[in-house]
Formats: sequence, structure tokens, C-alpha cells
Amino acid sequence: MSHLVLNGLSKSYGGVTAVQSLDLAVERGEFVSLLGPSGCGKTTTLQMIAGFVAVDRGNILLDGNDLVSVAPNKRGLGIVFQSYALFPHMTVAQNIAFGLEMRGIDKAERETRTLEAMALVGLKGFADRYPRRMSGGQQQRVALARALVIKPALLLLDEPLSNLDAKLREEMQSELRQIQRSIGTTTILVTHDQHEAMALSDRIVVMNHGRVEQVGAPDTVYGRPASAFVASFLGKTNVLRGTSDGHGKVSLGSLSLAMAGAASGPVQIAIRPERLAFAAVGAAGLDARVLSRVFQGTHWLLTAESAAGALTLMRHNDGHPVPAEGEAIRLSFAPADASLLREGAAG
Amino acid sequence: MSLAISSRATPYYLTGPALLVFLGLVIIPLGMTVLLSFYDWGQYKGIVPEFTLKNWIEVFTDSYFFEIFLRTFRIAILVTLATMLIGVPQAYILNRMSPGWRSAILLVVIGPLLVSVVARTLGWALLLGSTGLVNQGLIALGLIAEPLAFMFTETGIVIVLIHVLIPFMILAVWASLQRLDPQIENAALSLGAGQTTIWLRVILPQIVPGILSGAIIVFSLAASAFASPAIIGGRRLKVAATLAYDEFLNTLNWPLGAAVASLLLLALVAITVGSNRLIERRYSQVFE
Ligand SMILES: Nc1ncnc2c1ncn2[C@@H]1O[C@H](COP(=O)(O)OP(=O)(O)O)[C@@H](O)[C@H]1O
Ligand SMILES: [Mg+2]
Repeated sequence: MSHLVLNGLSKSYGGVTAVQSLDLAVERGEFVSLLGPSGCGKTTTLQMIAGFVAVDRGNILLDGNDLVSVAPNKRGLGIVFQSYALFPHMTVAQNIAFGLEMRGIDKAERETRTLEAMALVGLKGFADRYPRRMSGGQQQRVALARALVIKPALLLLDEPLSNLDAKLREEMQSELRQIQRSIGTTTILVTHDQHEAMALSDRIVVMNHGRVEQVGAPDTVYGRPASAFVASFLGKTNVLRGTSDGHGKVSLGSLSLAMAGAASGPVQIAIRPERLAFAAVGAAGLDARVLSRVFQGTHWLLTAESAAGALTLMRHNDGHPVPAEGEAIRLSFAPADASLLREGAAG
Repeated sequence: MSLAISSRATPYYLTGPALLVFLGLVIIPLGMTVLLSFYDWGQYKGIVPEFTLKNWIEVFTDSYFFEIFLRTFRIAILVTLATMLIGVPQAYILNRMSPGWRSAILLVVIGPLLVSVVARTLGWALLLGSTGLVNQGLIALGLIAEPLAFMFTETGIVIVLIHVLIPFMILAVWASLQRLDPQIENAALSLGAGQTTIWLRVILPQIVPGILSGAIIVFSLAASAFASPAIIGGRRLKVAATLAYDEFLNTLNWPLGAAVASLLLLALVAITVGSNRLIERRYSQVFE
């Protein structure tokens, strides 16, 4: 049995559906990210797990026990908020010790555990500071220590790094990952930043319009997107239109390739710009015409049009000549790099 | 060069009109009032511009004045405490309402400020009189046999001042509630705190500055209120403001009235500045 199971979790506000029948199983110690554009229901999902938002339908099973009927202050989860939500009238040590105090833990143990938590997040010596007198990154650490010191069953993070500048964000990302690894707390992170999700997570849950589009390891979700939405949301991608004969053959313009699983009729196929190559002379390929080319230092970025749709491709700056605007080209790719997109999931 | 000078002088020109108004309408009359309090006065000779301390000595030694000042500050303290007790929870509820309800209720809250003091106080007089609605209602419910005395009592003055001044408390507390992190209660909740603990340990300490600044406003307005005590308290039950008024317009002893008014002003300034200092010192590290 998975550590955390979400079963048909649903929530709507008035007529607006925020989360629609969400299913997810998270293993113990896993780091899972909910990734999606703003308004896709990530925060609502997290707040339902935390208990701040009432569940319309579905259940939340933690170690097999349904959390839905448990009050939020009895769930014992650690939460880091986007704004940190530190108590401004308490010192760092008082902030961190608050959860322990609520659990009736005696003063001596409170002190040792607070110090441990401060050491864990690299805040030694800050015990008597007030949050207002700290930088964003330091406040972030206090929030993390406050959530972890209670040894939560789950750690929930809602866009925890979005208020930090780019450099600090990267630093905190690797630190967060390392802290999570060392204590092994099952963690769910909400983010709209694909790089953050890919850098931190064991698995990514891509969401759109309150539904799960795809669940998988970062490289799977990136390399083999299950829907046009996932393909376009994660990095740059080409979505090509073709037709399937229903017997494992898909034709894309001048190219015909073997692809199992497609019903006969029109299909969509995704391929990453960095996986497109020029076909060898005389070999089969997709005929296209270059529309523009932009030099970007390490590579060229070309756009082209073909019978299967517009294309973007990347060409490493390896000294070979690059076709100019208006030139005809023939493209090829490994069939394994192309993913067949799910029907009706176009984003 | 001349351009530089004139541009440096610009702020003075711009603030000039406001400064003149302030000087002419506030500072000079106040100065004259204080000066007046040191003048002599006699039943037949009227005001004599001779320096004397007799007005101040009279104000400080006559138990009649002491009683009135005591009553003034007793009323002000009771009103301040009551507006805190009612206003703080009300501001909290207001802050948690949906935006639509909030603007409707906010209008109700500041309603008393939109009605003229006299009209409002006369309304209260009708409600609180011995045959007024409140007494009739209480008698009809069988809660009391005889009508309660509200008119011409301190209780009546306190009730009316609470109504008039509570918007200031609610607005001050609401302003500080709006500065709270919207997730702060959820944060406390997730750490295992119950509603009472959240209130006492998380919300209240953060809005204390708002409550105290509301209290300072309410206290000074209550202590210097004139219309409400004049109508509800009548001739018999005087407070400092109505006392000064009577000295000026009934007894025509302007210097004594000026001494009463100056003392009220001094006491209020001392209390306001003192408590402000206290708040600032106490909360300086926590709040910018
Ligand atoms: N308290 C609320 N009242 C009404 N609608 C809400 C509320 N919270 C969220 N929503 C709506 O639910 C949807 C999902 O919101 P949210 O979970 O905050 O998205 P995300 O965190 O992915 O940006 C949005 O359309 C949002 O407008
Ligand atoms: Mg969100």
C-alpha cells in the first residue's frame, strides 16, 4: 500500500471546477511535484491534503487511514507556505518550537529538537532573530525547519521558492533536495516552474484544468509526453499532424514510420527540437523548408514548415554549414524519440 | 543660481497655505487659550489681563473640578475598554467576510460617523429615556419592573459614546488585521494549534499595535467629547468639555474655562504621547 493515496479527489468553487477526480499514489520517502500552469488546481489539491479546504468528493488515505474527516490541526503534516507565514512576533527559535509546544513536549526536548532543526537547515546562531530582520532565503529556512521539527508524516510545499531570486532559488533547490533525502520525509511540492519540478522530483504530476495529464519520472514526462498539453508545457516541442492506418503505420507528410497503438485516422506526434536531425543524403525523411534561423551561441535555432505542420529544430554549432532561410531540408528522427499524443487532450 | 534657490524654496511655498491655516486656526487660538487661563476675572470687573495663578490653583484644589475630571477619565476608560471588547472581535469577523458582505457591513460600521452627532445623540435620548424603547422593551419582557435610569447618568453617556466611537476602534484593528499574512492561521493550524491558541498566541499579539492606536483615538475623543455628554448628561452630569463650555458661556468666567480646557488638553497630550512611546518601544523589533 502506498504511503499516500488520493482517490477521486474533487473540489469546485461555485461553478468553477478547481480539481476534478484526481487519483495519485505516493510512495514513502518519495518527492513528488504537482506541476501545471497557474489556476490548474495545484494549491487546492495541496490544501485539501492539509485540510484547509473541504473536500467535495473522494478520499485522502495516509497509511490507509482516511484524512478527510480529521481536523487540520490533528493531521500532523508539515507545510511550507509561499509567503512562509512565519509568526512575526516570535523569534526564530519560538517559531520553530511552536509545533512542539502544541504537542506538549517538555522544554528540554523542545530546545534540543529546535537546535537540531536549525542546524539541519543551516540556521545555527539565529535563534533569537525576529523574522523581519532576515533575508527571504533565511525566512524560507525557518519555515522549513518549523515544518520539519514536528517530524511530519508528509511535507507539503506550496511554491516555496518562488519569492527568491534566481541564484538563491537554485541554491535552495539543491539544498531542499538534499535535506529531503537525508530525512526521508515523503514530500509533495507545488510549482509552476518546470525546471524546479524536474530538478527536485522523483516523479512529476502534470496538471491542467484540475485534471492529471501525466504522472511519471522527470525524464519520462519530458521525453515521452502523454498529451499535447504536457509536450507543450514542458520545454519546447513540435507537435506534428499525421494519419495512422490503424495497423502500426503512421504517415507524416513524406515520411512513413512504424508506431504501434494508434487507431486509424488523424494522430498527433510530439518530437523535441533537439531530437530532430537532417536525414542522410538519399534516405527517407520529412521534407520541409527553412523559415528562419537564429544564432544562439552554442546552437542554431531553426524554424521550418512541412506538410505535417510547423517545426522548430536545434542544430549544434559544430562547424557544419547550416541551411539558410528558404532552403529545402529533409529531416529524420529515431521513432523512439517521438511520442504519440493522447486523443482529445490537446492543450 | 536663482533657479536653485527658488526650487529649494518651493516646498515652503507649497506648504505655506496649510501652515498658515494650522497656525491661524489651531496654534494661535490654543496659545491664546493658555494665555487666557493666567488672566484674572471678577464678577463685576470681568476679564483683567493681569498675570495670576488663581484659576489653575482653583482647578487643582477644588474637589468639584477634581470630581468632574475623574468622571471624564472614568467615562473615557470605560468607553475605551468596551470598544476594545466589542470592536476587536467585530473587526476580526469583518476581515473574514466575503468582499460583498464586508463592504455592506463596513457601511453599517461607519454609519454612526455619517450621521450628525446631535441627530444621533437625540436618537439615543429617545431610545434611552424612561419611556424610551429600551425601557419599554425590558419592562415588556418582564426583566425589570421600574424603568432604568439611562438619561442623565454615566451609564447613558458611556453607551452613547461607545456607539459613536466604535468605528474608530474597528477601523484601526481592521487595518492591522489586513496586514496579517493570509496563511498565518493555517500555518498555526498545521502545527497543531486550536482556535483559542491561534487567537491568543498568533493573532492577538500581532494586532496589539492596532488595538492600542484605536484605544488612543477612542480615549482622546471620549475624554474630549462634548455633544453626547451634553445631551445625555444634561446640566447636572458634567464632564470636562461641558464644564469648560459652561464656564465660558454661562458663568462667563473665561479664564477659568480656559484653565479647564488647557488642563484637559495637557492631560490628553501626555496620555497619548506616553502610550504611543510605550507601544513603539515594546514592539519596535517585531514591527517596522
Ligand atoms: N477560495 C476560492 N474561491 C473561488 N475560487 C477559487 C478559490 N481558490 C481557488 N479557486 C479557483 O480554483 C482554481 C484552482 O486554483 P488553485 O488551486 O489556486 O490553482 P494553482 O495553485 O494551480 O494556481 C482557479 O480557477 C481558482 O480561480
Ligand atoms: Mg497556487
